[in-house]
Amino acid sequence: MTDIGAPLKTEQDEAQFKDFVELLKPRVMRLVVFTALVGLLAAPNTLHPLVAFVAILSIAVGGGAAGALNMWWDADIDAVMRRTQNRPIPAGKTTADEAKILGFALSGFSVMLLGLATNWFAAGFLAFTIFFYVVIYTMWLKRVTPQNIVIGGAAGAFPPMVGWAASTGSVSLESILLFSLIFLWTPPHFWALALFTRSDYDNASVPMLTVTHGRKSTRKHILVYTVLLAAFALAMMFTNIAGPAFIATALVLNALFLKGAWAIYNRNEEQSDADSFAAERKFFKLSLLYLFAHFGAVLIDVALIRFGVWGSL
Amino acid sequence: MSFRDDHELHKRRFGRNLGLGIVLAGFVAVIFGLTVVKITEGNIAEAIAGSTANDS
Repeated sequence: MTDIGAPLKTEQDEAQFKDFVELLKPRVMRLVVFTALVGLLAAPNTLHPLVAFVAILSIAVGGGAAGALNMWWDADIDAVMRRTQNRPIPAGKTTADEAKILGFALSGFSVMLLGLATNWFAAGFLAFTIFFYVVIYTMWLKRVTPQNIVIGGAAGAFPPMVGWAASTGSVSLESILLFSLIFLWTPPHFWALALFTRSDYDNASVPMLTVTHGRKSTRKHILVYTVLLAAFALAMMFTNIAGPAFIATALVLNALFLKGAWAIYNRNEEQSDADSFAAERKFFKLSLLYLFAHFGAVLIDVALIRFGVWGSL
Repeated sequence: MSFRDDHELHKRRFGRNLGLGIVLAGFVAVIFGLTVVKITEGNIAEAIAGSTANDS
């Protein structure tokens, strides 16, 4: 590639390192790193700290690669939605081709690194996760069905299973429980976001539930999925993965989450408009705390076990 | 002898190149560390026996 003949760029126009980092969706990456780390540490095996670090790094880079490929494919949607207009491609910082090349290169790199550092089952699992997010969710479901978030949510739920597989080379009931918690959490989390980002999904012609079934139906869906999630989280209290920290967290946060979903269900658009979607925004923030706290609690319980304070793995 | 001034492109992309340089250096360190861990944790005698068996 040459710059000869190209219009002169200033430093502000030039894609900087941070723009390429932005393509990897660092905020989503934090969630991926955290949940994968919990999966890896909760597993009964113990990896050498450096191998564990490389495993988490690989999963993070794999998640970032999937994010870059998502931005490449969805550049048209991102340009229309207010929430995503400042992403590097619609902002003109990087090109869609750069995102595509970065995404493919880092996908291959992360899968190979995870395979070499840990085992090829985990590497295959990571490759499948990237495939699921990019092909099944981004390229297919997102634009055709209001169930996009429900099924596509699986992609975001795989990291703790990949972390577990990196440590043990297998899948187990405990890792499936961690997966299911994120899987059931994703729909109410995103539908709350869809309620207060309002016309964004309309403008982009993305068949979000708010667009296809209306906002009242979305409120009902949030409540139903929150009840399912709470029932599942409370049932998890009776499994091996739950210790005192998880039980305390699940009792408090599921009560708050149900209360929030009930409040959203009982509101109408006029009430939401009047206070700028305060309840919906509060529920969305609570959903972030909900997931971090539940996984944090699993980590605390694992620490209690490892230090001999509570039960055994 | 005097060095030529940097081309404008080098100045413009300095941050980007520096970032990439740090990432690559980090990558080398990670691979080196991983190699050391794999060699010290693995059963070297078994690995040598395996490679001898493959040769014969």
